[in-house]
Amino acid sequence: MIASSDPPRDERFLEVRDLVKLYPVPRGIIGRMLRRPKRWVHAVDGISFAMRRGEILALVGESGSGKTTTGLCVLGLLEPSSGGVSLAGEDVVYLARTRRRQFRRRAQMIFQDPYESLNPRQTVFSAVAEPLEVHRLATGPVEKTNKVAAALEAAGLKPPSEYYKRYPQQLSGGQRQRVAIASALVLEPQVVVADEPVSMLDVSIRAEILGLLLRMRDQHEITILYITHDLATAAYVADRVAVMYLGVIVEIGPAMSVLQRPSHPYTRSLMSVLPTPNPRRRRKRMVLQGETPNPIDLPSGCRFHPRCPEIRESCRATVPSLREVEPGHYAMCGTPRPLNGHQLAPVGLNGSTGFTAEAPKHGSA
Amino acid sequence: MTQVFVRYRLGGLGLVMVAAVVVVAFLAPWLAPYDPYATITGSSADIMASPSRGHLLGQDDSGKDVLSSVIYGSRISLTVGFAASFIVVVLGATVGMLSGYAGGRVDMVLMRITDAFLVVPRLPLMLVVITVAGRGLANIILVIGLLSWTYMARVVRSQVLTVKERQFILRAKALGVSPARIMTRHILPQVVPVIFAEATLDVSYAILSEATLSFLGLGDPMLISWGSILNRAFLRGAVMREAWWYLIPPGVALAWTTLGLTFLGIALQEMINPRLKTHHLFDEGKTVAIKRLKTRTPILGEAPRF
Amino acid sequence: MALLDVRGLTVEYHTPAGDLRAVEDLSFSLEERETLGIVGESGCGKSTAMLALMRILPEEGRVVAGEIALEGADLLQLSPADMRTRRWRGISMVFQGAMNALNPVRTIESQIAEALRLHETVAGSEVKAEVGRLLDLVGIAPSRGPQYPHQYSGGMRQRAMIAMALACRPLVVIADEPTTALDVMIQAQILDLLQQLQQDMGLSIILVTHDLGVVAELSDRVLVMYGGRLAEYGDVDTVYNQALHPYTQRLLGAFPDIENPRAPLVSIPGCPPPLDALPPGCRFEPRCHLSLKACSREVPPLCELAAGHIVSCHMVKAHDR
Repeated sequence: MIASSDPPRDERFLEVRDLVKLYPVPRGIIGRMLRRPKRWVHAVDGISFAMRRGEILALVGESGSGKTTTGLCVLGLLEPSSGGVSLAGEDVVYLARTRRRQFRRRAQMIFQDPYESLNPRQTVFSAVAEPLEVHRLATGPVEKTNKVAAALEAAGLKPPSEYYKRYPQQLSGGQRQRVAIASALVLEPQVVVADEPVSMLDVSIRAEILGLLLRMRDQHEITILYITHDLATAAYVADRVAVMYLGVIVEIGPAMSVLQRPSHPYTRSLMSVLPTPNPRRRRKRMVLQGETPNPIDLPSGCRFHPRCPEIRESCRATVPSLREVEPGHYAMCGTPRPLNGHQLAPVGLNGSTGFTAEAPKHGSA
Repeated sequence: MTQVFVRYRLGGLGLVMVAAVVVVAFLAPWLAPYDPYATITGSSADIMASPSRGHLLGQDDSGKDVLSSVIYGSRISLTVGFAASFIVVVLGATVGMLSGYAGGRVDMVLMRITDAFLVVPRLPLMLVVITVAGRGLANIILVIGLLSWTYMARVVRSQVLTVKERQFILRAKALGVSPARIMTRHILPQVVPVIFAEATLDVSYAILSEATLSFLGLGDPMLISWGSILNRAFLRGAVMREAWWYLIPPGVALAWTTLGLTFLGIALQEMINPRLKTHHLFDEGKTVAIKRLKTRTPILGEAPRF
Repeated sequence: MALLDVRGLTVEYHTPAGDLRAVEDLSFSLEERETLGIVGESGCGKSTAMLALMRILPEEGRVVAGEIALEGADLLQLSPADMRTRRWRGISMVFQGAMNALNPVRTIESQIAEALRLHETVAGSEVKAEVGRLLDLVGIAPSRGPQYPHQYSGGMRQRAMIAMALACRPLVVIADEPTTALDVMIQAQILDLLQQLQQDMGLSIILVTHDLGVVAELSDRVLVMYGGRLAEYGDVDTVYNQALHPYTQRLLGAFPDIENPRAPLVSIPGCPPPLDALPPGCRFEPRCHLSLKACSREVPPLCELAAGHIVSCHMVKAHDR
């Protein structure tokens, strides 16, 4: 079931339906001999969403939430256990070799670690030119150079000729990431999956890379799936936000709705613990205790219930479904909370729903 | 700290030693005073004659100059060494890369074949095969090469397994690069240093294997190699005659060559996988290098002068 | 007299390629029960400065100038043997990347016990009990002591590192990027833990990080470093709301504020200066949007403005006149 947080049917460009990815837990010989039941790591446990062209959807979650796995499945770099992914109506999970190669032209990925995602033995020019060679997009060296130059410039490396002969080790983290982005852009893709593209970069250069993503959307109508653990950068770039926990989407909706009026207790908790660079506004934090449980033995009922600060009796037994809390904004909670005027300390944005202006917690002066 | 220095010196030494042998082999016709392949006319006084002015390392059982034989012997040893290890590199690296990259059933099958070769003791098998196939340089090269590729395969495979997991490989896949191109353009450059290091040691093993085969009388009868010199020496009673000039030089030559190759191989392996140095805290006194100050430096104002 | 008083600290790396000055003329102080946040990006020298405080610089590192006074006594003047007694007992450190700092083949328990035994803070028979108390203090069930690092989650490993740092009840704890690479929720838990430990044990904490949000949550005073030098130093409220150094101002603008998410983020073009080619004047001048002639020629001096607010900038000095 696709929540109608998604665009109407005819506007759907990238569609993910009931995506599931399970990994078997190895049992060993003895386990198999004793016929112990098979156990599975529920990396992704049933996700559905759809994106229109030129939309940025942020997939937010902590480690173990399944966000990176989802991204890899969308691009066909991992085979899903079940479910489907389609681009412009065409299924892309099971493709013959030529069709898959064509798909690769249209859907690209940006990786998290700029130090590891480039081949240390390849020059910048070679790294950006390789996709052109592989897909035979350049008829001759002049056209190739032009395309490489255009891609490097689009990624912010100017003048491009200064970078052609350099190796990744001679570049800073930010520059490496731009080279990686250029090599994705040179194919003029329609979809880009960006997996934590700025989390390993210095803060002062993140804005530029995020700005690049926004330009990609505005100027080229590229559909971007932005994967991150940082709600703040998600808020900056995304049109819509989907929050993942233990392999499922627990909340999805327009970015401002989800951030200003979070409904699911997990989202509310995440919002409340985000550090804000302003010491005067220290608000009440809902820190969840314990850690995310392992995705092998999932809790019964709502999988968030063991850590939920707002738990009710039914949560232990019933698996909740995605319910609409306001137009386009859905949360997977058995008992959705009223969005304002709650008896717990309100945790959304917006001056009026209150920050307790607390004195600093450890006085020294 | 000293360990690292020694290793690199060792590599340099090994390189020099091996280079010396290569030069000698190349320049054999000019360096050797006589041609050991030419027929000899001499007298019985020449048999196993001890070193003299005309024959610096004496003469062998048929009156031939030992020094010239040893010099020319280097050609055979090196030829076998490099040719056999060429086979090893090509076969071993290919199997290793395919196995490592493909994984799954291909890997399993190839590795079981490799294991089968590893389990069989090489030398006895070489003896048997040569005896059956016949003595000859080509046969020797083939036999040594075909029975030695497995170590290379294993080493290359484990390197490929490591490289395969690196993110730039995943990125190449995402870009649509074909497996063949990934193997040649992305994985191979990372594997070459390992191949080099292992190949150096394989050359050394091939040279020793050839020497062993020749020593046991299974070498090419038309060619002079260090092993065959020793073979004749023993068969013709050099030991009884205490003809040390006949027995020792080929052995020294073998030792020199393999030692040089081993030094080189060790240094190459060290360069690929630098080991941890001794912890700097053992020499902590070096860390604090300031002079003892008498006055407190102010926190503001002018910079302190030292 | 402050608990920890660092003056004029200058640290260089003497490599075969030349001498690299990683930290220059760094001065700050730390009172009891105070948290100082040291903020800076990659290459600013903050980690080097902390290693120098503990005198555990790598082989090429040299402290060439300065004074580190802990309870009045200069640590740099101590002999290696005397420093070993002060290290961990006077001042200890929670290292970055807990996974790499823990020995994978020894149990957590034995590693904490090692610190206790080496410094003989506790009688031999008491060690096991003390380890249990320390684990409990950081929120790890003592029954998990005999486990190995790989059996712990990331957050738990970080807690174990904190337990180790506290083993000898030090006066000062340096936390080097304690929350980087941890999930947001675990990050919040660790910060809460540090705050609570500070209150219960009367610790002074130096929190080294690139994350301005984390510093704002926990610190009393903030020191901003750039290119190995101090850029701005003052109490957290002043530095965040009345920042004077151009770098501080822009760095604050580069952090997304969840309360104003679509506000345009500032970005500073260029990158930090390489250590082998430091600018002769102000380190930030090549990337600074305001600069006077003096900026590229002279290193700006440290100016103290309102009490306790120190800035190193020619522009500020000019205005001050």
